[in-house]
Amino acid sequence: MRLLPYGDTALLLDCASLEEAYDWYAALDEADVVLGAQSVLLRGNPAKMRKLVGRTTPRGADVGRSSPPIDIAVRYDGVDLDEVAASIQLSPSDVVELHGARPWTVAFSGFAPGFSYLVGGDPRLMVPRRASPRTRIPAGSVALADRFSGIYPSDSPGGWQIIGHTDAQLWDLDREPPALLAAGQRVRFVAMA
Amino acid sequence: MTFTVMATGPQTLLQDLGRAGYAAMGVTASGAFDRAALRRGNRILGNLENTAGLEVLIGGLQLRADDTHTVCVTGAVGPADVDGRPVRHEQPITVTRGQTLFLGTVVIGMRSYVSIIGGWDAAPVLGSKSTDTLAHLGPPPVAVGDCLPVGRTRRSGTGGGEPDSRLGAGDLAMRIVLGPHTDWFDTGAISALLGAGWTAGLQSNRVGIRLDGPVLSRAIARELPPTPCLRGAIQVTSDGQPIVFGPDHPVTGGYPVIATVIDADSDLLGQVRPGQAVRFIRHRV
Repeated sequence: MRLLPYGDTALLLDCASLEEAYDWYAALDEADVVLGAQSVLLRGNPAKMRKLVGRTTPRGADVGRSSPPIDIAVRYDGVDLDEVAASIQLSPSDVVELHGARPWTVAFSGFAPGFSYLVGGDPRLMVPRRASPRTRIPAGSVALADRFSGIYPSDSPGGWQIIGHTDAQLWDLDREPPALLAAGQRVRFVAMA
Repeated sequence: MTFTVMATGPQTLLQDLGRAGYAAMGVTASGAFDRAALRRGNRILGNLENTAGLEVLIGGLQLRADDTHTVCVTGAVGPADVDGRPVRHEQPITVTRGQTLFLGTVVIGMRSYVSIIGGWDAAPVLGSKSTDTLAHLGPPPVAVGDCLPVGRTRRSGTGGGEPDSRLGAGDLAMRIVLGPHTDWFDTGAISALLGAGWTAGLQSNRVGIRLDGPVLSRAIARELPPTPCLRGAIQVTSDGQPIVFGPDHPVTGGYPVIATVIDADSDLLGQVRPGQAVRFIRHRV
């Protein structure tokens, strides 16, 4: 882990992997921290935060073991499903099966309110983002990009590969908390007929 | 206890000091771009500093008082009047029932703040009345015909404070801390960033201020994994052009951050005019 300057009100813990970042995030959870894919933003006076990191040991966090998985029902009718399948030499039904075969875990949130980056899926599902992003992706779109899966909480632009849709409400301000998913939550995708 | 909106100019938004602490849900802080100006307005009127004000881009706002109230205009400077009678900048202004407050086109800065004793009222979202223009959270932008209710927020002592003297200067100098991704750029990029030739771009908004200038070339070409963003972070997109994040920045970003404008100076970003020269000075923490 490298400790990098980030303005005069924060530091960035630059980690080698999501797992290392998550261990630091878990160990620093009393502080004002934001988790990234391989980094942790730590807000506060940089000199004080350096000392805090110096006396902290990253915790072997048991990612996603704390709560039962949430089932999310998906219609695998996404516009990119065939292309995704072809790009990894599988059939569309293989992609559907692999996507639901093992639970995913929320690594961190970002991009938009209620959008979570899910990890822990089958490594064969690693596909690049689309070369040029779409200007509008409908809410509920279930997507893949790099090692992540994600669900668009609201209509927005986006560059991920769309493999299906869900009616699950990822973001609802009338619900407490508004976000359906939080870091560490496990998610199981269930194919709808 | 309301004002009727007769005209809004290009954009008028309700802003307080934002909703910090919801990044884990993918929600950014948002809030006033020039926080110092909003705080001054509230202090002049004796409001708590976090009381919501109207953030008026460029001017053009016209409000008719349905009752008598005391307001204050801070931040960007332009002509302002009540029923045609000029009013002072950064001073309490009494608007009586039926009178109209008008903000003309600003001549210094970009964003004025109209504060009112008691604050502007709206339903808070995640603890804040701020409009997040990227995530579409908080109240919708102020529109012609709206009735803006006045709140009854708690009061504190009065006292103003000095506006930032750098506002009216020809080029705007801001202090930056290099990093966190400085090593993703070649050494020429660092000296170019600290050199002359930067102007604020036309495509700037509350998400970020785009900068026109030399191309900042990368030493590392691969994609950056999604990394938490900060207000003031100078992110460089794949075409080598920097964007300095404002209050409505995304929670995470996928491009390296060459340097970060220090927190106090990030208020000035909200006042940078398109085409205005911008200069960065290295600051050591």
